[in-house]
Parts: sequence; C-alpha cells; structure tokens
Amino acid sequence: MKNKMIEISRKTGLLALAAAAAIGMPLLAGPAQAADAVKPIQLEWSFEGVFGVYDRDALRRGYKVYKEVCAVCHSAELVRFRNLMEPGGPEFSEGQVKALAADIVVIDGPDNSGEMFERPGEPKDRFPSPYPNPEAAAAALGAPAPDLSVIAKARPDGVNYLHSLLVGYAEAPEGFEVLPGLHYNTYFPGHVLAMPQPLSDGQVDYEDGTPNTVDQMARDVTHFLMWTAEPKLEQRHRIGFQVMIYLVLLSGFLWFSMRKVWSDQH
Amino acid sequence: MSHQSTYTPGNGFSRWMDERLPVMRLVNDSFVDYPVPKNLNYWWTFGAVLSFCLAVQIVTGIVLAMHYIPTTELAFASVEHIMRDVNYGWLIRYVHSNGASMFFIAVYIHMFRGLYYGSYKAPREVLWILGVLIYLLMMATAFFGYVLPWGQMSFWGATVITNLFGAIPLVGEALRTWLWGDFAVGDPTLNRFFSLHYLFPFLIAGVVILHVWALHVTGQNNPAGIEVKDPKKDTVAFTPYATMKDAFGLSIFMILFAYFVFFNPNGLGEPDNYIIADPMKTPAHIVPEWYLLPFYAILRAVPDKLGGVVLMFGAIAILFVLPWLDTSKVRSARFRPLYKQFFWIFVVVCIGLGYCGGQSPDKILIPVGEGGFDVTDLSRILTTYYFLHFLVLFPVLGLIEKPKPLPESIAASVLGSEPAKS
Amino acid sequence: MAQTHAVEPTRRDFLYVATGSFAAVGAAYAIWPLIDQMNPDASVLALASIEVDISNIPVGQESTFKWRGKPVFIRHRTDAEIAAAESVDVATLPDPESDVARLRPGPSGEIDKKWLVVIGVCTHLGCVPLSYRGEFDGYFCPCHGSVYDTSGRIRKGPAPTNLEVPPYAFLSDSRIMIG
Repeated sequence: MKNKMIEISRKTGLLALAAAAAIGMPLLAGPAQAADAVKPIQLEWSFEGVFGVYDRDALRRGYKVYKEVCAVCHSAELVRFRNLMEPGGPEFSEGQVKALAADIVVIDGPDNSGEMFERPGEPKDRFPSPYPNPEAAAAALGAPAPDLSVIAKARPDGVNYLHSLLVGYAEAPEGFEVLPGLHYNTYFPGHVLAMPQPLSDGQVDYEDGTPNTVDQMARDVTHFLMWTAEPKLEQRHRIGFQVMIYLVLLSGFLWFSMRKVWSDQH
Repeated sequence: MSHQSTYTPGNGFSRWMDERLPVMRLVNDSFVDYPVPKNLNYWWTFGAVLSFCLAVQIVTGIVLAMHYIPTTELAFASVEHIMRDVNYGWLIRYVHSNGASMFFIAVYIHMFRGLYYGSYKAPREVLWILGVLIYLLMMATAFFGYVLPWGQMSFWGATVITNLFGAIPLVGEALRTWLWGDFAVGDPTLNRFFSLHYLFPFLIAGVVILHVWALHVTGQNNPAGIEVKDPKKDTVAFTPYATMKDAFGLSIFMILFAYFVFFNPNGLGEPDNYIIADPMKTPAHIVPEWYLLPFYAILRAVPDKLGGVVLMFGAIAILFVLPWLDTSKVRSARFRPLYKQFFWIFVVVCIGLGYCGGQSPDKILIPVGEGGFDVTDLSRILTTYYFLHFLVLFPVLGLIEKPKPLPESIAASVLGSEPAKS
Repeated sequence: MAQTHAVEPTRRDFLYVATGSFAAVGAAYAIWPLIDQMNPDASVLALASIEVDISNIPVGQESTFKWRGKPVFIRHRTDAEIAAAESVDVATLPDPESDVARLRPGPSGEIDKKWLVVIGVCTHLGCVPLSYRGEFDGYFCPCHGSVYDTSGRIRKGPAPTNLEVPPYAFLSDSRIMIG
C-alpha cells in the first residue's frame, strides 16, 4: 500500500512537472524588451482574474475621455456604436447610443441616382476616424497615430503600460536632449514621442462626480480601451469558470472510473 | 496487424457488413481488443492528447475559414470581426490559436518520452520517422497559420522565414520570389499560405494514420523498454484499460488548455501581432512563436546565412537518423544510468535554446569588461551541445555504459521485482 | 465477501453510466458554439432594419430597396390598382387574404391604401418577379410563371402563397422603417 502511494505521488509529480513546464513556456517566449523600457506602474484592474468584470462607470467615463481627447487624433475603427449597448460593455441604453451615433456625419451611398450622400450616424456605424487614412494622420500630426481598437493587447503589459504612458510625461532629465516637436515620457520605449501630454487635471467633465484628475482619467480611458480590445471578456470569464468546474468534475469521474477499470489488474 | 483478429460479428447485419467492408473489425482490432503493455504510464496518454489536438484544430479551423478573408486588405479586420461579431467567434478563435500551442506542448512531451524510453529504437524506426514527419508538417502548418491574422509578427515572420530559402545557392533568389508570388510578402503569399494552411492538417491526419498503423504492427514500447513476452500476463485490452487512462489524462490536459483559452488567451502570443502588418516598419524584436524558438536560436547562433539555415534544418533532420545513431542494446533510460543524466541535460539544453531564441541576441548575460557573455555566445554553446548529444553521446554512451539488469517481463516489472529506483 | 460481489456490478455500472453521461453532456455543450457561429452574426443583425424615403415615388410607380439581402417593392398604387385589388372575391383566391389585411396603418393610424410594401421574392422558389407584368398587372415571375395581382397575392401558377409583407411601419408620411 505504501509503495502504491509513492507510485501515485511520483506519477502526479510528473504530471505537475509537465504542467509547470507548459505554464513556464510563455516565460521563455516573453518578448525581448528594449533595454531602456521602464516597467509600467502595476495597478489592479477590475477585469483581471477569474471573475474579472468591467466597471461600467469607469467604461462610461473612459468613453467620454476617449471621445473628447483621444479621438481628436486617433481612430478606433474596429469599434461600432452598437457595441456600446452590448452586454459586457458600457451598456448604454439604445436611445443613448442612437443619440451618440447621430452626432456624427457618415458618408453613405451611392443612392438610386449614383450620388454619395451624407446622413447622421447610426448604431451600426464605426467610431469616426479623425483622418481619412493613416498617411493623412501622419502628415498632419508629424507621426502616425496608431488605431486604438486593440491597443491594449498590442503592447506588452498593455493596460498598465497605457496608464503609465498617460501619466508618465515629465521634464527630461539633465543632459537628455529632446528634439523640438517631441516630448519626454518616462514609460515610452526610448523616452521621446511625438504625442504631447494629452491629459491635464480637470480636462474632461465627469457627470458622476468622480475627481477628474489626470491619473483617474488615465485609468478610465485605459479601462475603456481594454474593453474595446476585449469586448467579450466578461462572457469569456463566465463561460471559462463553468468550463473549469465541469472539467474538474469530469476528471474526478474519469479518475474513479479508471481506478475501477484497472482494479482487477493490481 | 500483428495479433490475431478477435472480432466476432454480433448480429446478421454486422456479419453481412464484415464480409463486404470489415470496418468494425478494424476498429475492434485497433482500438478495442488491441493489446497494450500493462505498465504504460501517463506519458503514454499523449498520443490520445495529440489526436484530440489535431481534431480540435481541424474542426475550429474549418469554422474559422468560414469567416476569414485572406487578403492583405481585410485579413486583420476579418479576424477581429470573428472576435467581435461572430457568435462565439472569440471562443473558437482563441481555442484555435491556443490549440496550436497546446498541440506543440503535447508533441514535445510525446517526443521527449520517446527519447527517454528509447521508443525510436528497432523495430520502431519507421514509427519514429513518421512521427518526425508529422512534427515537420506541424511546424509548417503552424507557420502558415501564424501568417494569416496579418499582424506585424505574421508579416515579419513570413518575411524572415521565406528569406531563409534565399540562402540556397544558385536557385535561392528565384525560389524565394516563387514562394512569394510577388517581390515581397504580399497578397499572393497570404492567399497561398491560407490554402496550404487548410491542406496541411489533412496531410498530418494521413501521416497520423500511418503512424498509428506502424505502432500497431510493432506494438507499443513501454517504460521497461522490453518486449511483450506473454500477452496474457503482460498486456491489457486497449478498451477499457488504455481508453480510460487516456480519457483521464486528456481531461487533465484540457484543464490546462481551458486555462489558456479562458483566462490567459494572449499569454502565449506576441502583443505585436495585434498591430496590423506594416511592410514599411519592422518591430524592434521579431520572434517566432515559442515552439519554434530553439530552432530560431540555432539559426542565429551561426554567423553565416547559409550555415545558419543548414544547421537549423539539420537540427530537425538529425532526428530522422536517430535510430541508427544510438548503439545501446537497452531501450529505457530507467536502466541506462548514464543516458538518463544526459537526457535531462539535453532537456535543459533545449529549454535553454528556447530561452536564447526569445531574447535579443546581443543581450549580455554575464558582463565581462566592455562586453561580456551574451545570448549569442550561449546559443553557440547550446547548439554545439545539441548536435554533440546526438552525434557523439548517442553512439558512445551505448558502448561504454553498463545498463542495470532488465526485469524478466513486463508483468514482473509491474509487480515490483524491477530494481526499486527507476 | 459474496455480498460485496453481488453489490459491486450495479455500483460499477452506475459510475460508468454517470461518467459517460457527464462526458456526453459536455460534448453536446461544446458543439453548440460550432453550430451557432453559422447563424447571422452581430454585424448582420445590426443591418437588419432600414429606413427609406418614399416621398419621391410617383403614383403608378414602384421603387425597390434592398433589405436583408432581398428586394423590397414599394408601390405607389393608382386608384385603378386599388380597385382591382379590392374587387376580387377573397374566398376564391389560392391564398385567401383581403387587400387591406396586407397593408399597414400610416402615421395617423389610418390605412393609406396607396402604399403596398412586399418582399420581391416569389414564394415558389425564390426568384424576383417582374413588376407591372402578367395578367393582373401586378407581378409575374419569369422562372416558373407565377402570376400575382396588384396586392401581391398569388392568382395563377405554382407559387403556394402570396408575396410576403415585411414587418414595417410609417415613421412619417414620407418615411418607412422596414424590419
């Protein structure tokens, strides 16, 4: 019996080793960071973890920051107004979304006479792009402004990085030369970027009374950009938890069935 | 099949069918009454895990192809359309993208198990070679698939890998242009990669059938590395004994799989691949997916372009001749004290190569004066060891090593008459 | 000893049945996403309703709009067409339905008989019928010769039912929302 126990623990040990090796793989694959990259400020986010969900209020405030600040230069063309009322997002009402969409002008057509025409935006429309194409944006702004739809997944440690970047503008250290038109940022790889500091205290009016500090706005807009990158996160976590419970139970069933099957062999 | 068929049709219809297309007999003899050594451990469940991975990849892949658009203009957006709009699209896509990693985790465990227990040795050489062929096809399929989302890593990975062929003397340049169908990676490249990405899994499935066939001719190797003597005492029926054990192993594996799909779906990927491909701008550090990193390290370890390519492909090619490099009379590392140690060193070397492949080549590991010992230096040492392991240690160890006494039979090894430590 | 032996098989069977059923339920759930992904996705559903301007359709003419990938005919009927549609004995029709039952109330709540809105897909096998053709000056399907009247009702030919009326509503005198 004792031998048996040792045998079992050895086997589970091997499995654990396999699992550890498997989980260790991403560490190997971890991208080679630029040597001068500064580790972003590590924050806790409500959407992290097994039961992670978005904070609706943060998403709504974040949308306001996005719309009034980011969208002046950046596009987010994978996001559509209707997404704003879908479950797991800011969950605006249908009326609110229709009103938000109607604020923009969309060029549609051709109509029956072959002409393009302008119409108010509808929920099915994409978030408007401030420039007709990336080249136009780069020409007007002096540097390409990346599309923000999936930006939170497109940078290492995405959400922490975005927040850090937004709060990371500072005076360049002594002896660090910053060319005209560029700006110093503690967290940007290489420290100089074309985007000027986008947020200042009190810039965006918050209707829910949350203090509109740079840090708070940076958190909110990052929260919002995580949602635009992963709009199905809440559904994923919910189903994932159910799947895990199921698989653990299934493994239990299979374990006992297997022991029964093998019992006549020992 | 090496053993006698035990199938007896139960009723009139199955008798009628058996005389015309004995498919039930085939299933029965291969997966029900098929005898397997009774001492197989959990490392042997990875065959079933791999079949599961292949099936999952094919099914989810067919579904994704219903929504994916293989043009440079729309590929990235169509993947995001799947993630955002298609019903359960995010689930299917994350299962597929993480499924590739799971497939490779399983295949590496499966291969290292073969190395540890000497499963490649006579009479299982063809079985092993078919396995290496599957592994090669898997790498090609994974590479084609990684190009499809048309992110930055897709584009630059495709550019770098296709440029490897440019290293071939005389025809390299023409071959590369032929692969592209363009003067750089572009629309024609993406389209043909999509076509091949759809085709290759079915080639894999075909070779898997041969692999399983070859397995059933020789019978399975086992942890003791000795052949079945008395089927009554040494073996059990595949069903239910092996099937239940496989099902349990698979279930545990699926927990790991589900963890990645639901709670860390991008943990194994590169953030850069969420940036749409830009042929004008190379990301600061381009790395392949983790499962190809060791080979990438070998490629970079050589300062010569052609030399690097030759060595990288050589690292895989050497696996084909493995059965003839090993001179040991004993299969299982359980009874090969020296080989066992070198096996684990080899595992560490492979992981080390993977580490090197993921790092910037000029990253200093041990500073010495101005420069120091960098990633490239480490890659060179590990690459050298990789080849020494097969070319020198394999032939030599078998000659100088004094194996431990083998158990009398598989049944005896199960009952514990084998040497206590294994 | 003998007793345990007698009990054993049922317990064992129960365990196997439970394991098998549990696995089967999981497999069934796993298949659902693979089926559901073929249903219309969120982007398709978002386009499922359209608003059209009918103010520039003159009396005696018809405009075609695309809705859910299919043509919708909006016909501004003449008095003669309305009269023709109303004069027929409903009971004698292959698919009995009165003209007024196929119309929808306008913004005032009253039915304006001038506007006929039907999906331009023959109920036989899905071809698009030709307008102002056929014996009744309604619609004529060129594929297999089904004939519809000025209310879009089947009168002759193989089609089993009348042209379908899509869900629609008047937003104003000049705008209709379909879907």
